[in-house]
Amino acid sequence: MANEVKLYGATRSPFVCRAVIALNLKGIKYELVVEDLSNKSADLIKYNPVYKKVPVLVHNGNPISESLVILEYIDEVWNGVPILPQDAYEKAQARFWAKFMDDKCFPAVFKAVISHGEEQAVAEAQEALQFLENELKVKGSKFFGGDNINLVDITATFVAFWIGAVEEALGIELLPKDKFPKLTEWSDNYVNCQAVKDSLPPRENLVAIYKKRFGKA
Amino acid sequence: MAGSDDVILLDFWVSAFGLRVRIALAEKGIHYEYREENLQNKSPLLLEMNPVHKKIPVLIHQGKPVCESNIIVQYIDEAWHDKSPSLLPSDPYLRAQARFWADFVDKKVYEAAKKIWMTEGEEDRQVAKKELIEVLKVLEGQLGEKPYMVGESFGLADIAMIPFSVWFHTLNEIGKMNIERECPKLAAWVNRCMERESVSKTLPHPHKFYEFVLEMQKKKGH
Repeated sequence: MANEVKLYGATRSPFVCRAVIALNLKGIKYELVVEDLSNKSADLIKYNPVYKKVPVLVHNGNPISESLVILEYIDEVWNGVPILPQDAYEKAQARFWAKFMDDKCFPAVFKAVISHGEEQAVAEAQEALQFLENELKVKGSKFFGGDNINLVDITATFVAFWIGAVEEALGIELLPKDKFPKLTEWSDNYVNCQAVKDSLPPRENLVAIYKKRFGKA
Repeated sequence: MAGSDDVILLDFWVSAFGLRVRIALAEKGIHYEYREENLQNKSPLLLEMNPVHKKIPVLIHQGKPVCESNIIVQYIDEAWHDKSPSLLPSDPYLRAQARFWADFVDKKVYEAAKKIWMTEGEEDRQVAKKELIEVLKVLEGQLGEKPYMVGESFGLADIAMIPFSVWFHTLNEIGKMNIERECPKLAAWVNRCMERESVSKTLPHPHKFYEFVLEMQKKKGH
């Protein structure tokens, strides 16, 4: 069978966008199957019966769910630009920060958003993001991956692009430049990487969606 | 090749997450120094080695810390790749399945199980029981007729789940349920895993865990 790659989801989801970035980074041809999450397709439910969520990568008929699992799969199957480090210890560090991003940062940021920037929620989100700021400081490199982006940078796409859109849509401040100089610089560098640029949805679309979904009435 | 002479594990005797790491180390026959942490009075070493979460388990290998149990298990497999058995399959698709199900245990089993003894009130407890059985049945669905969770070999997904078998007796007592009867395939899988020395010699007796939970509840004034 020819190499058939399908990705279920839409890039307005930061999780789907991760997978798109990885596919573009490796130069993999794929078909994007856009899902209407309010009316999930029979295929999506078949391929991800456990969570019924996007993204789902289907490679030659084999489904893989959960964005971080997808990123590791893509890295293991396709050569080219590496997504994870080779060294076992560095790999463990990368996985740690990716997991921290999803377990702590994303939920805290989400909470700050749905509360319309309530003080305590914003403080907790910034507390989580501070760990990322410190990590960049300690590493002293352009990206979490060093000179080039890696798993951690890709996982942090929502920080680089989605936070800005949400800030604009809701008129709140989550990532002020003076508090987060490293993350701000990293965000600017990250969104200018070719594979990332090719994958991000139009910012105006995100802003419009969030104004509608989370904006004050 | 990694040396076995500089491996320290910061852990807590009854932690399901720490048990995952101990099982993985036992599978590979790795010698290590076990250090019991008092979670009410964490050691300076723990706080230094896991400043982000301040949690156990932490594997310290040649002075460098690795945190998060599923990540530690994969690290052990990769750092000691020359020691058999492999803890993950070699096929990338099966490896993805292993990671998915190890993560499922974290996201679903742990939360659902904890609720059984943490909820108060009969109604909430019934809801918690239903949720847990649903989650365990999803695992049974994945198991199917296979000996282990992913493929034919014991690995990451099994290691992620098997420590929670220690909880079954406690869940059955407090929840007034019978997990083994409702999930016979899972019960058979537990027995199969227990045939491995790495599991049977590592897991604490389920009654000890029950005593521990009762102690905790007493302290909280239940």
